[in-house]
Amino acid sequence: MAASKTNKAALVAEQKSRRDFIVVATYAMGAVGAGAFAWPLIDQMNPAADTLALASIEVDVSKIAEGQSITLKWRGKPVFIRHRTKTEIDEALRDDALDMRDPQVDSDRVQKPEYLVVLGVCTHLGCVPLGQKVGEVRGEYDGWFCPCHGSHYDSSGRIRKGPAPTNLEVPPYSFLSDDVIKIG
Amino acid sequence: MSANQFQNPVVRWIDHRLPIFSFLNHEATEYPTPKNLNYFWNFGSLAGISLVIMIITGIVLSMNYTAHVDYAFDSVERIMRDVNHGWLLRYIHMNGASFFFIVVFIHIFRGLYYGSYKAPRELLWMLGVVILLLMMATAFMGYVLPWGQMSFWGATVITNLFSAIPFAGEGIVTWLWGGFSVDNPTLNRFFSLHYLLPFVIVGVVILHLVALHRFGSNNPLGIDTRGPQDTIPFHPYYTIKDFFGLSVFLTFFAAAVFFFPNFMGHPDNYIPANALQTPAHIVPEWYFLPFYAILRAVPDKLGGVLAMFGAIAVLFILPWLDRSPVRSGRFRPIFKIFFWVFFADCLVLGYIGAMPAEGIYVVIGRVATIWYFLHFLLILPILSVAETPRPLPQSISTPVFGGSGAMAGAAAAPKRKVE
Repeated sequence: MAASKTNKAALVAEQKSRRDFIVVATYAMGAVGAGAFAWPLIDQMNPAADTLALASIEVDVSKIAEGQSITLKWRGKPVFIRHRTKTEIDEALRDDALDMRDPQVDSDRVQKPEYLVVLGVCTHLGCVPLGQKVGEVRGEYDGWFCPCHGSHYDSSGRIRKGPAPTNLEVPPYSFLSDDVIKIG
Repeated sequence: MSANQFQNPVVRWIDHRLPIFSFLNHEATEYPTPKNLNYFWNFGSLAGISLVIMIITGIVLSMNYTAHVDYAFDSVERIMRDVNHGWLLRYIHMNGASFFFIVVFIHIFRGLYYGSYKAPRELLWMLGVVILLLMMATAFMGYVLPWGQMSFWGATVITNLFSAIPFAGEGIVTWLWGGFSVDNPTLNRFFSLHYLLPFVIVGVVILHLVALHRFGSNNPLGIDTRGPQDTIPFHPYYTIKDFFGLSVFLTFFAAAVFFFPNFMGHPDNYIPANALQTPAHIVPEWYFLPFYAILRAVPDKLGGVLAMFGAIAVLFILPWLDRSPVRSGRFRPIFKIFFWVFFADCLVLGYIGAMPAEGIYVVIGRVATIWYFLHFLLILPILSVAETPRPLPQSISTPVFGGSGAMAGAAAAPKRKVE
């Protein structure tokens, strides 16, 4: 009598744990299904295939005179390409050894010293710095100056003064020939 | 119903000030539901879920859609080819419309067979008819958005229905178009309204549910519940049943989305809209076909339009046409026959709507249209007095358990299971 009671209790306990397992497994499957359904809804906001297909541009830099800059649009953002003068290159090399907020030597930021390619997006809060056009304020370091919150960049696009945390970003690019750069 | 029933102190704190948990517990968990509901009662919740699916996929589609005659078609193709999972979202939305109507039509026929429109549920039924009308308007305007040939000519034909209105008709159509033909202003306003109306539907659905919960669900026997022995709590019994039905529904839905996504569509809508050329054979989406057949059956412009809208309008007054005090068709032997004849009549109308308006199809369409109205306006009122219904059971428990003797045990059984 006592033995059968114990058996019954064990059976009930086992059934209970089986039931718990089924319930947990059902919830888990439901969570997986909901997640699988939610992902396309979220992922559709990521860049679409045609947006990604526009992610590289080519530019002939031989037309840029020494001391001049051009601004291109790449992925919806401005890219600065500057044909630097001898003075600007020398300044950039001279300052390599100085203490900077985001230390980087000029040779790490250019592939050919004459051509500096950087994103024209201030690393502070995303404004476009001045200094591309002749007559614009170029800041205290002969590079660019962001009018939004007063960041000064030098002739290598490095942050020297002001609130921006890092240097102007160098986009991925390569020289397809001596004169043609492919950005992206 | 006091806040004390909740263990969690945060829930108790909130519920004391904002009794949302009490409300949900009362309306979704305890909510006493007849214990004899069959699977036809799944289609209300399926319709609600379909609405949610349509709203969710619609919101994300609108993030990628451009409502302009020059870009609309291309933006839809971009969704299909370039947007991440865009093809899936669009096919869900496109087929979702069809499945929503399938579910709602079954829901309506269930109401017709089991007399769910009868007192005290007349307003519940009428709100449902309002939802059907809103759904039709929403579906029609949504079909215009891809700006294919069927979109354009569907919009032209349907908006021209209003030109049948005497005197003001032409002015109304110009007003609907915002111009002298279906064009960019039309597309823009249709997009705006297509986004708005689903939320209006949500509002009416809430009223539909409030009206439903006033007296609770009807049931296959069509008799009122007489107490706790006739009901079971909605949760977990009907939540689990609804979830099971949902998984079956989603199986069919997924099969359509993944394997036959264009089965219920029309290939001409993948041709960009051309205002100078009408497709040779223009038909509406399948869910409008019966009404389209009624429109074409009447050889008069205004008459056809009135008949088509009348086919919906007659549903509004149905509770006062069928005066029989017996709700369920199970106990109405003659009504039952006429119900199935009417059901077949609707299928015939749907078939005729898809066929060209010529020869024998016109004749069949007219007979089927006349029968549609005869059913509501003549047969149901006559049956109300002429038919002798079979005797109704004493209570829901009686036929299920074969007599009142079993009732005590039957009532106790579910309670044990709750534990």
